[in-house]
Amino acid sequence: MKTTEELHQILSGQFGEEACELKADEKVAPWIIVKPDLIRDIAKYLRDEKGLRFDSLMCLSGVHYQKENELGVTYHLYSTTEKHKLTLKVIMPEDDAHLPTVEQIWKTADWHEREAYDMFGIRFDGHPDPRRILCPDDWEGYPLRKDYQVQEFYRGMKVEY
Amino acid sequence: MTNVKEKGPEVTLTPPRDTGKGLKTQEMVINMGPQHPSTHGVLRMELTLDGEIVTNAIPHIGYLHRCFEKHSEAMNDYAKVIPYVDRMDYVAAMNNELGYAIAMERLMDIRVNDRVEYIRIIMSELQRIASHLLAIGTFGLDIGAFTPFLYCFIEREKVLDIFEKASGARLLYNYIWIGGLMNDVPADFKSDTAEFVKSFRPKIKELNDLLSMNKIFIDRTANIGVLPEKVAINYGVSGPSLRGSGVHWDLRRDDPYSIYDRFDFDVIVGKGEMGTLGDCWDRYIVRVREMEESLKIIEQALDQMPEEGDVHEAVPKKIRPPAGEIYCRTETPRGELGYYIISDKSTSPFRVKARAPSFVNLSVLPAISIGAMVADMVAIIGSIDIVLGEVDR
Repeated sequence: MKTTEELHQILSGQFGEEACELKADEKVAPWIIVKPDLIRDIAKYLRDEKGLRFDSLMCLSGVHYQKENELGVTYHLYSTTEKHKLTLKVIMPEDDAHLPTVEQIWKTADWHEREAYDMFGIRFDGHPDPRRILCPDDWEGYPLRKDYQVQEFYRGMKVEY
Repeated sequence: MTNVKEKGPEVTLTPPRDTGKGLKTQEMVINMGPQHPSTHGVLRMELTLDGEIVTNAIPHIGYLHRCFEKHSEAMNDYAKVIPYVDRMDYVAAMNNELGYAIAMERLMDIRVNDRVEYIRIIMSELQRIASHLLAIGTFGLDIGAFTPFLYCFIEREKVLDIFEKASGARLLYNYIWIGGLMNDVPADFKSDTAEFVKSFRPKIKELNDLLSMNKIFIDRTANIGVLPEKVAINYGVSGPSLRGSGVHWDLRRDDPYSIYDRFDFDVIVGKGEMGTLGDCWDRYIVRVREMEESLKIIEQALDQMPEEGDVHEAVPKKIRPPAGEIYCRTETPRGELGYYIISDKSTSPFRVKARAPSFVNLSVLPAISIGAMVADMVAIIGSIDIVLGEVDR
């Protein structure tokens, strides 16, 4: 069982200091901010490395930080053998939000990434089926963005009632 | 038949081929749902069939999507989110409320008194029984066994009566609040619950005689939809569907929340008794046996429950959590329900994400249904026990 601080040490030893940044000043739980391009390699390392073995992705959520004009993806990882948890975050600029998929590493990510795309417009490069999942295919806009304006008509039907 | 889809992954059908008996055969695409009695709501399965054999299955969801997460952000009060979480998994609303309340209490560092804790545990275990009864009943119904469904609903009604007395509602309760409960339980709650526990035990045996060990039922469910352990973990499957594959994993024991560490109960797993480990029958029987474990927990909780304690003691007047975020997960009847809540120090949540167990469990469906018959699809969907309100949120 390892703490986030220990895991941060391991990751920065493997991928370099600038690749990941520890945020431990928050009250509730610390997290590590990871560079978007590296998320796939880091995820694979975290899953396969002995002593880490993060075999389960509990949750993957998109977040819109409107004030900073940024979009984020949060990964909550858990190891069923080592019993430790880790929170990873990726922060991207709003107008160019894309990052590699982790679908091939944890299958849980398949539908969660589609949901993040559907709700926030974050693109996951290399995803095998990058479609909307909850909204119809021809829906306009990304509902969970803070500045979302619902479209007036959908196929001739009034949306706002 | 032509491919009716507008977008999405291209389904390539194999060219017509000769069977050697003067007959030609070709794959075809059919839509199962969204209006189909066995899809437990509005789920559409796009099946590619070779005769009766499923060669590809694509679930299409979202018919019940109402963007609960957006609604939560629009509420100017964290407490107002609770009725919305009720409506996610509408057959296990108590468990949804419990998960949300615990997440918020951890974020705000609130401690509730023992009476509240015990009432919450009893309520959520009763809800687990009610939810499993519905799952078992409708699973039998899908396969063609109508009678057990009615037997299950008789028992479920008794649980709902207890809830109705306590909260006034039978389905969507808004009973578990952040920091406490809506109100204390009525005076005869303990005796009602004890009576239910006493009367329900023999009914489980009856259910086993009626359905679980029924030859036709076993033939329809054993060796069907086998979900191997590795696949289940990689897909993030949780709850009875995961335990059916033989994985000893229950958040009540492995990542305890509330006061589950005070009770003695077993984690039920599938053993492959009727066929292969992880088949539909294993997932089914885990639910049946879990009801007995829930009864054990309720009995212990009734014994230990303190008589004194104000259920409103820790309910905050104004909910304004410190800036920060939390991911908190609890075990609902369907598996791991996680709430990812971000607070920006205001009175409305910045982000509430629900990791719904049914959503994740359903995503494994294509992986386990390829090679099955169309009729088996019905059994597989029933055995995963999804609630579309939670899948689509």
